[in-house]
Amino acid sequence: MTSLPLARRRRGRQVLRNTVVGWSFLLPNFVGFAVLTLVPVGLLFYYAFTSWNVFGGAEWTGLENFRQMLHDASFRTALRNTVYYTVFHIPLTLGAALALALLLNQRLRGVAFFRTVAFFPYITSIVALAQVWNMLFSPGYGPINAVLRGIGIDNPPGWTTSADWSMPAVIVVGTWREMGYYMLLFLAGLQTIPGQLYEAAKVDGANAWQRFRAVTLPGLRPTTFFVVVLLTIGSFKVFDVILVMTNGGPGQSTLVLSQYIYQKGFVENQFGYASAVSIALFAICFVITIVQFVINRRGTD
Amino acid sequence: MTLLEVPVADTRLALDPPPARSRRGYRLLGYAALLVAAAAILVPFYWMLMSSLKSNNDVYTIPVQWLPDPVVWKNYVDIWQKSDLTTWLKNTLILSVAVTFLQVFTGSFAAYGFAKVRFPGRNVLFLAYIGTLAVPWQSYMIPQFILFSKLHLSDTLWSIIALQAFGAFGVFLMKQYYESIPDELLDAARIDGMSEYGIYRRIMLPLSVPALASLTLLTLVTTWNDYMGPLIYLRSRDLWTIQIGLKTFVNTYNAEYALIMTGSVLSVLPIAIIFLLGQRYFVEGIASTGLKG
Repeated sequence: MTSLPLARRRRGRQVLRNTVVGWSFLLPNFVGFAVLTLVPVGLLFYYAFTSWNVFGGAEWTGLENFRQMLHDASFRTALRNTVYYTVFHIPLTLGAALALALLLNQRLRGVAFFRTVAFFPYITSIVALAQVWNMLFSPGYGPINAVLRGIGIDNPPGWTTSADWSMPAVIVVGTWREMGYYMLLFLAGLQTIPGQLYEAAKVDGANAWQRFRAVTLPGLRPTTFFVVVLLTIGSFKVFDVILVMTNGGPGQSTLVLSQYIYQKGFVENQFGYASAVSIALFAICFVITIVQFVINRRGTD
Repeated sequence: MTLLEVPVADTRLALDPPPARSRRGYRLLGYAALLVAAAAILVPFYWMLMSSLKSNNDVYTIPVQWLPDPVVWKNYVDIWQKSDLTTWLKNTLILSVAVTFLQVFTGSFAAYGFAKVRFPGRNVLFLAYIGTLAVPWQSYMIPQFILFSKLHLSDTLWSIIALQAFGAFGVFLMKQYYESIPDELLDAARIDGMSEYGIYRRIMLPLSVPALASLTLLTLVTTWNDYMGPLIYLRSRDLWTIQIGLKTFVNTYNAEYALIMTGSVLSVLPIAIIFLLGQRYFVEGIASTGLKG
């Protein structure tokens, strides 16, 4: 009888010791993480309900910022442009990444080298890339339009200098830059599909296209889901590529949500209103991710 | 690369070899596709490099001039005189090294706590870490800026260190790796009387060198390439990093196309070298987490 409380006390001491040791490991990172990330995320939900510029302090204004947002034409433009970018960027990147992964999964000479090449744009700084692409896209003398004229298009688009074509130009660059990264995820996913499934399909007389439909696509389902979630969040928060390529222009033709937050906050010093727009961005990403998870779960059941 | 090297096609070719002619057709088609893809990916880099070696008037010509003639090496001398490249590179190097050291050290240390020490509340806490990976930085950069200003961090190099060094990404990557190391190994060390800190230093760190290399390289590249952080926080010219410096240079000398490309090449070169030397760690780091910093 006496051994039971003793054992429990010893167990209790063990838990306490583990807790202290565990926290001591976490602390150096956690202090920085909590102060520099968690606190700002929390503060966001306070600032959004205040009116604040750099000179005064925060003043509670309730839902005023959100009311203002509803009537803000620039906000609506930014939202529309962000959706525009997202709607094209997701399928294009997904398709390009999957095609690259399938191609580089073949037994061809030099495939390892090409995997490296395809990934390189992703780790190259966006400032340098934006300069190159702006020059490639240059309407009068750029090589892209030179090629287009060469194949018989007399009036090639003005790209980043035209309100209609600036967004397509940005989408091209965004897709070009990110496809190598998602390709890596797809390549990793392809390795998880058992080879026997392909053998069985072949025995059943399935041709290459049927094998792709019946084996590859279902096998890649978890990867595809993950890629779509990452791509969605990535597209809605698109920022640096636009900031350095077009700065939102010409006019407001490439103004996106992240950039609008930046403009309101850091250029016009309206921190309260910028925080409210931030919450809108956060809420969109959050809701879409939840919806995707629900759809995915329903699909696998 | 080892991770991705296993080809799926192997066994089925042995099982049912298709007629040689159509197989060769497929291979040719594959190489053609490979060639087109490689061209699409590489042409911008080629253009960057070639333009950096042209005289300014030769950058835009009709028809497009694909090789510099004459080759103007002088651009690579002029850029150092026309810009503060030395300062920018120095600042960027300081930041990259400091951030990487802190991220790798605190990240792997915390990951050990999450992966190998059992204590109440651990999983909830880890969820908070993972949760913030899904929150776009753009949505909390405003309150973060206000906080940093109150802490008197803005317009110092410390702001960038604070911004990048304690990210959840490092913890996540290292935890994934540590969990693949069997507990039995640690239990044996514990029975021998080794403390948890000793286990971390003498067993985990040596065993996790590949993961540490992945994290080091990814953090180094992310910090080197970061444009938004320095744009928001570093106002003084003498604190500028290569990305901010290059962007300002572009705005100032916006018609000096060749020099702009020279600067771009120089800003990409260190990353290209690091990437070529350690590419398999990049690939493994991303394949194992599906994320980057």
